[in-house]
Amino acid sequence: MPLIKNGSFADDEWVSVGDEDDLPSEGGVIVSLTRWLAERDTLLGRNTPLGVTLAAGEVPDAIVTDLDRLQLVAVQFPIYKDGRGYSSARLLRERHGYEGEIRATGEILYDQWFAMARCGIDAFEVAEGTTLAAFDAAMNELSLVYQRTGDGRPTVMELRHKSSD
Amino acid sequence: MYRYDEFDHKLVQERVTQFRSQVARRLAGELTEDQFKPLRLMNGVYLQLHAYMLRVAVPYGTLSGPQMHMLAHIARKYDKGYGHFTTRQNIQYNWPSLEDIPAILDDLATVEMHAIQTSGNCIRNVTSDQYAGAAADEIEDPRIWSEIIRQWSTFHPEFTFLPRKFKFAVTGMHTDRAAIRFHDIGIEVVKGTDGKPAFDVYVGGGQGRTPMIAHLIGKAVPAGDLIAYLEAIMRVYNMNGRRDNLYKARIKILVHSLGAEEMKRQVEEEFALVTEQGIPFLPAAEIERIRAYFQAPAYETLPDTSDALDAALAENRRFGDWVKTNVAPHKVTGYAIANISLKPVGGIAGDASADQMDLIADLTTKFSFDEIRVTHEQNLTLPFVRKDDLYPLWQALEAAGLGDPNLALITDHIVCPGLDYCALANARSIPISQKIAERFADLDRQHDIGELKIKISGCINACGHHHVGHIGILGVDKKGTEFYQVSLGGSADETSSLAEIVGPAFTEDEIVDAVETIVETYLDARENDERFIDTYRRIGKAPFKEKLYATH
Repeated sequence: MPLIKNGSFADDEWVSVGDEDDLPSEGGVIVSLTRWLAERDTLLGRNTPLGVTLAAGEVPDAIVTDLDRLQLVAVQFPIYKDGRGYSSARLLRERHGYEGEIRATGEILYDQWFAMARCGIDAFEVAEGTTLAAFDAAMNELSLVYQRTGDGRPTVMELRHKSSD
Repeated sequence: MYRYDEFDHKLVQERVTQFRSQVARRLAGELTEDQFKPLRLMNGVYLQLHAYMLRVAVPYGTLSGPQMHMLAHIARKYDKGYGHFTTRQNIQYNWPSLEDIPAILDDLATVEMHAIQTSGNCIRNVTSDQYAGAAADEIEDPRIWSEIIRQWSTFHPEFTFLPRKFKFAVTGMHTDRAAIRFHDIGIEVVKGTDGKPAFDVYVGGGQGRTPMIAHLIGKAVPAGDLIAYLEAIMRVYNMNGRRDNLYKARIKILVHSLGAEEMKRQVEEEFALVTEQGIPFLPAAEIERIRAYFQAPAYETLPDTSDALDAALAENRRFGDWVKTNVAPHKVTGYAIANISLKPVGGIAGDASADQMDLIADLTTKFSFDEIRVTHEQNLTLPFVRKDDLYPLWQALEAAGLGDPNLALITDHIVCPGLDYCALANARSIPISQKIAERFADLDRQHDIGELKIKISGCINACGHHHVGHIGILGVDKKGTEFYQVSLGGSADETSSLAEIVGPAFTEDEIVDAVETIVETYLDARENDERFIDTYRRIGKAPFKEKLYATH
């Protein structure tokens, strides 16, 4: 699947490894939370980039103490309607100060990318055929926000009171 | 009332452009109906039995004269000349074409209106007390806080794909005209320990197929903490609400399964963490900015009594009846709150024609400081009328078929669209309401019976609020035939109670007689001025059940 990262198409340097699959000898791997918890020490001993997938319903609490060892957290959206990942992403970025890649995977639609970005997601596995123009358009349809999130955009409330100073 | 500034304007206009592009993609075939569905649903566009339906937000039920004129214009230009006011204080148009919807949204934006979040699994339009700003004993105008919640919840990036739809209601006082205990979150403004406005926060109420009364989990939450507290509730719900079963996905099910105490604990834990992050939610200057929009209008100093009113009361009995039922006391001397019934006998509850909307718009400009309220009981309210003006106001309403003196009486029903419009319905609601109203059309009889709230739903989703009707009627389908199940004793106000099913369902031919039997049973048992609900609470279900099923 094409990957858009920090606003541009990027090569995916990561390999997602199933719970029963052998680990490749080198390169970054993304494993499930289950596998992470079971094989944490082995994985940390590999000296390669590590990523963990949070399936819908799995919460960041489970990996909070390991965040400085993880270069990537994938947040899975099994269906567009399942919005748990938005909370997971915000908690990772804003509460736990995670600075690595937060990647949205699964069914993520054009009209959701902007909200995902506002929640701290910076990499998107998008459908084949997606253009960067579409991505840019989706990111710029709404130029104002009413809520403060970790993306640092000033809110309408802040803009109002700045302009009246 | 609140007015948009440049920022609010810009955001609504950008939303129209965004939706126009979504509609264009659908019409060009780039999006299938399935792919389009989540997009249209975020903007109040439903596919009903016969056509698309557009639901327009009326934030906390407040409209200005020019806004009402615009609603009339839309009804005339894009629909069949009428609109339907809903229990969410919104208005629905039943016959727009999809191609026209972007143009309708453009028109709405010119009067600071939109259809944002009137559907979808997001935070919906916030509802409030229709007497806001006019009721005595109000701690503070609840619309200040409703507007603050409206802005915070608009395009909230984290809470747009919740397990299920999410509804807020806010009141500014203990007397509850907004059914706050039957909302996902209900908020009552109270006096904080510092004497300033604070909030009692109720969570987990609702109707639908599993009706529940909300639990008070936040007591006197200070104003500066409100948004952080709400954000905490929403996050607990977003992460823990059920997503495996549509019918168990509302927050009421989460609260019920955790227990109110555990829900409270989790919310408080999350709230503490949110607060620790120090996110600036609501600058004090912003509260003051919004509060300034809800200052009292320029009232005149008037005597308490009005000679013009007294003379009219002596002269016109029907007007006297109207004053008795449809006019409520105002906090300012010499003023009154006037309610316009959208329940004429034989009509459709909540419907208003374009001409009626235009008339009401003109009347409020003339008589009520340009403000109209939509009530959750599907009527309209003019909140600031001089007692001197009540008679000319009523005469103008009466001439347009809007002068019925039946507010809260047995012909004033909440009614869902039912099988006449709705794709989910099992039975018709509108004709049942009409038949009951016709049976009890005699005004003297209605006034003798007194306050009696009948609420009718055409399916178990309970859009007609039958769980909180003094008499609740639920349409069910049994092998292709419509039956009507009767419940008694519900109430949506601060004495909140859920109606109890009285026995086996009635056929369409039997249901009006059944209502009459209930009324006769009440009248026989009534002591002094007892309302129906008081008598029911005193004597219980048994006498009604006995009479209803005696001959069966």
